[in-house]
Amino acid sequence: MREVVAVSERVQETPSTVTLRFAYPDEARPGQFVMLWIPGDDEIPMSLSYVGRSKGVTVKVMGSTSRHIQSLAPGAQIGVRGPYGNAFDLAPRRVLVVAGGSGAAVLAPAAEAAARVGSEVTAALGATTGSELLFEARFRQMGARVELATDDGSIGARGFVTGVSDSLLASTIFDAVWTCGPEVMMDKVIRSARRAGVPAYGSVERVMKCALGMCDACALGPYHVCVDGPVFPGDALTPLPEFGRFKREPSGRVVPH
Amino acid sequence: MADLKVDLAGLRLRNPLLLASGIWGESGESLAGAWEAGAGGVITKSIGRSARLGYPNPTVESLGRWGFLNAMGLPNPGIEEYPKEIAAAQARGATVIGSVFGGDADEYAELAYRMAGTGVGAIELNLSCPHAEGLGSDLGEDPQEVEAITRAVRARVSVPVIVKITPNTADPVALAQAAERGGASAISAINTLRAISIDVRLRRPTLSHGLGGLSGPAIKPVGLACVWQIYPKVSIPVVGVGGIRTAEDVLQYVMAGARAVEVGTAVALDGIQIFSKLSQDLLALMGELGIERIADVVGAAHIRPAVNGVPLAAASHERRP
Repeated sequence: MREVVAVSERVQETPSTVTLRFAYPDEARPGQFVMLWIPGDDEIPMSLSYVGRSKGVTVKVMGSTSRHIQSLAPGAQIGVRGPYGNAFDLAPRRVLVVAGGSGAAVLAPAAEAAARVGSEVTAALGATTGSELLFEARFRQMGARVELATDDGSIGARGFVTGVSDSLLASTIFDAVWTCGPEVMMDKVIRSARRAGVPAYGSVERVMKCALGMCDACALGPYHVCVDGPVFPGDALTPLPEFGRFKREPSGRVVPH
Repeated sequence: MADLKVDLAGLRLRNPLLLASGIWGESGESLAGAWEAGAGGVITKSIGRSARLGYPNPTVESLGRWGFLNAMGLPNPGIEEYPKEIAAAQARGATVIGSVFGGDADEYAELAYRMAGTGVGAIELNLSCPHAEGLGSDLGEDPQEVEAITRAVRARVSVPVIVKITPNTADPVALAQAAERGGASAISAINTLRAISIDVRLRRPTLSHGLGGLSGPAIKPVGLACVWQIYPKVSIPVVGVGGIRTAEDVLQYVMAGARAVEVGTAVALDGIQIFSKLSQDLLALMGELGIERIADVVGAAHIRPAVNGVPLAAASHERRP
């Protein structure tokens, strides 16, 4: 059931991403999401970027609703329901995290939780440009080895983060790869991990309405992202013809990703 | 061994448990999934003439174990796009029933005709969506419209036509009889009950559309009453809908007069395995009660058999004509 809570803090993380923090008592695990209602606007699924008692979501500007969310100041009232969906399995000891853009939002709390129970975390973070790298300091603070890539080469390797993750997979032994970002990127990461013999898990985004496994808006192959995901084993994702290629718009119409 | 097969106005079903329209029906793969999970047939989302996004979120409000409020706003990809989803479900063997909605009799007829062209086993007319202005229940609350729309559809398709009626009326029997006069093959009752919820902190409705429809266990006695009232007053089969979660719920609907039932909200409450669970539990319950076939007890509660050796005659107004 939904609770109306007040935004406690707003943090400008990068020029295009903002974190909103709010107190929400229900226990959440890294990887899960909430349905965030901006009264008068829309209600959208947001993976939690902070999962403690003070929760958080980190929102990148995509359209009018995300712009509206970013404009909210401390004290603003928002509706929250959830948490919904599954979580990352925190058992692996040596984890490679591969984040594209705002994908770091869901991977940071998972990596933090893993690091806290003694896992070695390596993070490959990618962004269009240096100022858009998300949560670099947060990954360093948890003791992760951090490798960076930017499309324009302003910080770290020039090019896609998959170049960095591919060389990490070639040089280092991992027990698991966690990835979130554009689906084409995740698809590449999952395939590279498979070649290296490492199980990969990706957090997937789709249009959501009910978030309860009923309305079919988030249908992805035989799955419903809201209840079967949002975290899927890579081996479940790559065989799906639509993964990285198609999505459904709110009408249910299939459109290119 | 008890048998769950039923014949619904000529449509043979392997069991009487249909996936209700609006649940899991956006993708063909989901429809196939519900079929493979044990549904006796799967009803598509209600399809209109062109792609419709539906209302902005929030479109659903959970009431916990009582069910849900929803105002989805009839999202659908449109009749041009949707047939490929039906084909995907049919390719995996599913018995598909196509649901359509429109703004007038001509539109319903055209959509039903095109839906029938996909090879669906039956058409269900959504005349009962309680939260879309000028569509669904705005028409479906008027018996004359119901009759005219049904007649227009009947003239264009040869497959069974099931008319889904609204409970948001003083007289559901009049709607069912209007559908029968128009040539309906069966009635399904009920769609959701018009309902609303308000957040007192924000002083506004919690659904973006304001009004929505209530589904789930909370409405089971209402759906049951509609089936109970309609069954003796029409000579076509009735499909019971509303709050079904257990085999006993199914049998209550059957004994009230339903030949088949639709299951919707329980998919969210219990998962898609609800279909296989209901089938198993229904067989067990039928075995316990000495019922061999579903068809044998359709409307049985209207007869009111002898209890403890004391014969009870049915009240004459409840007897089937």
